[in-house]
Amino acid sequence: MTDNLPRPLRLLLGFASWLLTVAITLVGLASLTFFIGRVLPIDPVLAIVGEKALPEVYDRVYLELGLDKPIWQQFIEYLGKLLRGDFGISYSTNRPVFTDLLSFFPATLELATIGLVIGVALGVPMGVASAYWHEKWPDHLIRVIGLIGYSVPIFWLGLVGLFVFYYKLGWVSGPGQVDVFFTGIVPRITGFILVDAAIAGEWEVFWNAVSHMILPAVLIGYFSLAYISRMTRSVMLDQLSREYVLTARLKGASEFTVVVRHALGNAAIPLVTVIALSYGGLLEGSVLVETIFAWPGIGNYLYSSLFAADMNAVLGGTLLVGIVFVLLNMLSDVLYAALDPRSRSLANK
Amino acid sequence: MTLLTEPAADPKAAIRAARWKEFRSFARRFFRNPLGVVGLFIVLVLIFVAAFAPWIATHDPYMPTLTARLAAPSAEWWFGADELGRDIYSRLVHGSRLTLLIVALVIVTSAPLGLIIGAVAGTRGGWIDAVFMRITDVFLAIPKLLLALAFVAALGPGIVNAALAITLTAWPPYARLARAEAMVVRNSDYVNAVRLAGASEFRIIVFHVIPMCLSSVIVRMTFDMAGIILTAAGLGFIGLGAQPPLPEWGAMISTGRKFIFDQWWVATVPGIAIFTVSLGFNLLGDALRDLLDPHLRQRK
Repeated sequence: MTDNLPRPLRLLLGFASWLLTVAITLVGLASLTFFIGRVLPIDPVLAIVGEKALPEVYDRVYLELGLDKPIWQQFIEYLGKLLRGDFGISYSTNRPVFTDLLSFFPATLELATIGLVIGVALGVPMGVASAYWHEKWPDHLIRVIGLIGYSVPIFWLGLVGLFVFYYKLGWVSGPGQVDVFFTGIVPRITGFILVDAAIAGEWEVFWNAVSHMILPAVLIGYFSLAYISRMTRSVMLDQLSREYVLTARLKGASEFTVVVRHALGNAAIPLVTVIALSYGGLLEGSVLVETIFAWPGIGNYLYSSLFAADMNAVLGGTLLVGIVFVLLNMLSDVLYAALDPRSRSLANK
Repeated sequence: MTLLTEPAADPKAAIRAARWKEFRSFARRFFRNPLGVVGLFIVLVLIFVAAFAPWIATHDPYMPTLTARLAAPSAEWWFGADELGRDIYSRLVHGSRLTLLIVALVIVTSAPLGLIIGAVAGTRGGWIDAVFMRITDVFLAIPKLLLALAFVAALGPGIVNAALAITLTAWPPYARLARAEAMVVRNSDYVNAVRLAGASEFRIIVFHVIPMCLSSVIVRMTFDMAGIILTAAGLGFIGLGAQPPLPEWGAMISTGRKFIFDQWWVATVPGIAIFTVSLGFNLLGDALRDLLDPHLRQRK
């Protein structure tokens, strides 16, 4: 149907339909949090004010929530508020949830990013080695390392890590972002403690933060390593069985050229998607890790909000991580299209 | 060859014999994979322990012994005792029942739900497909643990609510699987033949599409069980899963957390149990996938 349209128009159409998909997913996300927050609790007002609230307070909150209006109108208003960045007020901190989330997000992002770097730096070579020595001992060893990562409860590994490396061996610092007497020295500019310390030139704080971060970051990195090495292995297995690999070998290319330049070069495109998705997985994994390491990020914020029965904060945090998830998916779509010459020609078809 | 040329005397017996042969060859190939056997062994031990928990446990899992509070592992307290002096070994043994209960609750609800949604979407196509798949994508777009957290926070903590929340996050992969399979078979000759014979769409979906998905679903389920165990333990650890005094493994780690430096066994032992069981399901799933996954079988 769209075949005889001029090319720019076709691209625009493709872009529009893709944008629509993303928009629908985001609205779906919002309707899910709306459902959890407003429909699921038997009485959303009681969930906020508690059972001992005065009738006046109850009535005020009832009207503030707009519960007197029909449900679809409530939902439209909810969407409008979200678009304006209004996630409601956190009942435990008394600040807008959005402000809270913005101030806690950098710490999570920093931890997840360092974890991802560790996961990619180790996971991709491990996956390649695993595929290259398929069904030999390196493959078995790497698969078992990955399977352990899939099977171990992350919060438990964090506790054991603290016990061994902090308490017994004293190699790393304990929970928290920096030691108590270092807190508040560095002015907050980006929210990333390492970057802020480097900007302020406080190298003592910097190294202290590194020693605090290393254990949770390695933990998170291990989990992404398990996923990334497994996916790399399967993509590489597929590539190495292709005929072009045989051709390259027949032409006398070195093993390194065959495996790294040809096979890994082709595997890189699906791997970008894998890595983008595992980044989202790390944001989620950090919820449990942050509670163990008292890391001042989104995970810890969600954890303490749960105990304060602060639904606005819980749902706001869920929504934020969900949106980041969707954005990462979008990003991987775009990267895929940009990197893969075939998908470009497909769009041109 | 006799089977092809002349009809067997008893076709049912022939089918049974063929199935038995198929099963034997399957078992033979399975037992060639040592890791898969280890996984199967772990899962069987778990089921055995859960079935005979009262006979395997040495103490009452709920009975505090105040003199034995935080006792170290010994001949009397095999894995030590917790902060109320309850035997950790016996609590672990009884906790295996809770683990299996959650896994079973989630699997029997999420797999059929996903299968039906996916099979209907894939067979019918059109706008039904578009709507169902959008919904699936929305659920896939949210991190599982967070969605489960939010659900339990709204529903209230507890084992059934935790299982319900995990179900809501666990069905989309099954829908994806079933849809892909249904799209392949929906216009195949044998489905068209049944359709011509007058079978209803419902009958086609239930008897001719869903059975085609089963082998991939079994593989997926085995992997999922490991994930469910970890999510349930995570919820228990946060305090939203099983409530005290139930001996749920994640909740046991959570109480042991306070004593991690001085009485390390209170928190570490339940973690080893979670790890072992989830590793068992993962190993089993890996082995089953190698055997059952049609895509992998074709490649070999």
